Amino acid sequence: MTDGRLLDVRPAGRHALLIELPDAERTGDLLAELLRRRAAGTLPPVEEIVPGARTVLLDGVRDPEDLARRLADWDVPSRAADDGGVVEIPVRYDGPDLADVAAQWGIGADEVAARHSSHMYRVAFCGFAPGFGYLTGLPAELHVPRRDTPRTRVPAGALALAGPYSAVYPRATPGGWQLIGTMPDPAPLWDLTRDQPALLTPGTRVRFVTEDGAA
Amino acid sequence: MTPKLTVVRSGALTTVQDSGRRGHAHLGVPRSGAMDAPAMRLANRLLGNAPDAAVLETTLTGCALRPDGTVTVVVGGAPCPVTVDGRPVPWGAPVRVPAGAVLNAGAVTAGVRSYLAVAGGIAAEPVLGSRSTDLLSGLGPSPLCDGDVLPLGAPARQPALPGGAPWPAPPAELTLPLRLGPRADWFTPAALRTLTSATYRVSPHSNRIGLRTEGPPLERASTGELPSEGMVLGAVQVPPDGRPVVFLHDHPTTGGYPVIGVVAETALASAAQAAVGTPVRFTPG
Repeated sequence: MTDGRLLDVRPAGRHALLIELPDAERTGDLLAELLRRRAAGTLPPVEEIVPGARTVLLDGVRDPEDLARRLADWDVPSRAADDGGVVEIPVRYDGPDLADVAAQWGIGADEVAARHSSHMYRVAFCGFAPGFGYLTGLPAELHVPRRDTPRTRVPAGALALAGPYSAVYPRATPGGWQLIGTMPDPAPLWDLTRDQPALLTPGTRVRFVTEDGAA
Repeated sequence: MTPKLTVVRSGALTTVQDSGRRGHAHLGVPRSGAMDAPAMRLANRLLGNAPDAAVLETTLTGCALRPDGTVTVVVGGAPCPVTVDGRPVPWGAPVRVPAGAVLNAGAVTAGVRSYLAVAGGIAAEPVLGSRSTDLLSGLGPSPLCDGDVLPLGAPARQPALPGGAPWPAPPAELTLPLRLGPRADWFTPAALRTLTSATYRVSPHSNRIGLRTEGPPLERASTGELPSEGMVLGAVQVPPDGRPVVFLHDHPTTGGYPVIGVVAETALASAAQAAVGTPVRFTPG
């Protein structure tokens, strides 16, 4: 990163370190650097590398104190804006909260699709359920709060917004996010027959492509 | 042909477990695996199985099975009466079950989770390298239902552990050695003192995801919202009600409440056997 230093390294038990960074962008930079070093064989063995919103957790580390000392000397470069491929997700903007979100954005419901799909997103981290990716990339002025009352069931494929994040639900679960659309076939989001079951892995760039919803 | 097991009585919650899924936490996949891992390993060794061959983990009320060929089993972990066609047989030691006979692992007399290992192991379909049932994310075999049929692997040729084995007793009081961090600084100094001096009790809302506790609430020094971050096994997360929750094997991979400390993994087997109401003390360690 530009100042060459990591913000904060905290122990998380005997075998893990939690590295805190100033923002999602730097977190993504560190994640990319960790994965690069692991692929190059220059990272000590680590069982899990788990990004969060502003942290990366290293779990299953044999000697966390030694790794923490080494991390202090790292110079983490910024990722190129266009590194990696782009996954396109076909969606229809037809969610039950579309009108509410449009009202918060100060536009008509028919304009939400163009507004939301015009941005490039990136998987910041996963969690909540296998294959559920938290996508960043929505400008701050378009962030919306969670619903006051969570739904007991959000269907698989729902395209949802909360705070800085967009996400598509890989399977039906309860959820409190604002639903603005549908991925008609969500099966590819989590497919155990693939070598890589998750379509959206941390760092992946994502573009939403509007499907013609007219039946 | 290796025998199969038919589930005659599935019990309150019986799941297939091995040593769990590693290396997929970044995709939102919990570790899962047997909660009392030493009990799983010991039961397997008594049969000559690989230490982490898949076993059945029962909850409080045991389960009953009928093999369609002669099998050798060990029921260990939480103590319970074991019978074959109604006749008492040893707990914690290998037992031969003839084809068509019903093996019953009864309700626990102490502890929570019994482990039923079968020579050859439960040969459920592995998912991401593990046969474990993950209740949070629905990976692996579904919890057992009456009438389910479980395939078995071929018994190993390696010799079983000779003689008997000592089984640790379920804890009358649970001592959980804890190291502070990574978010201990989100709590008041008084909360940190309370955590390591007060006695908590195991809450009835505990499950494979977390050991919930009842006791004095821990006060936060910082009232902000924590952005979601990665969670380790044994993390002690403190939700808004202030009562610590120890994250167990099916815990979510990321979470949004601060982690005041982390319990040593070696203490989690006894946490898995701590019945509702058991006193819990967090000690520095």
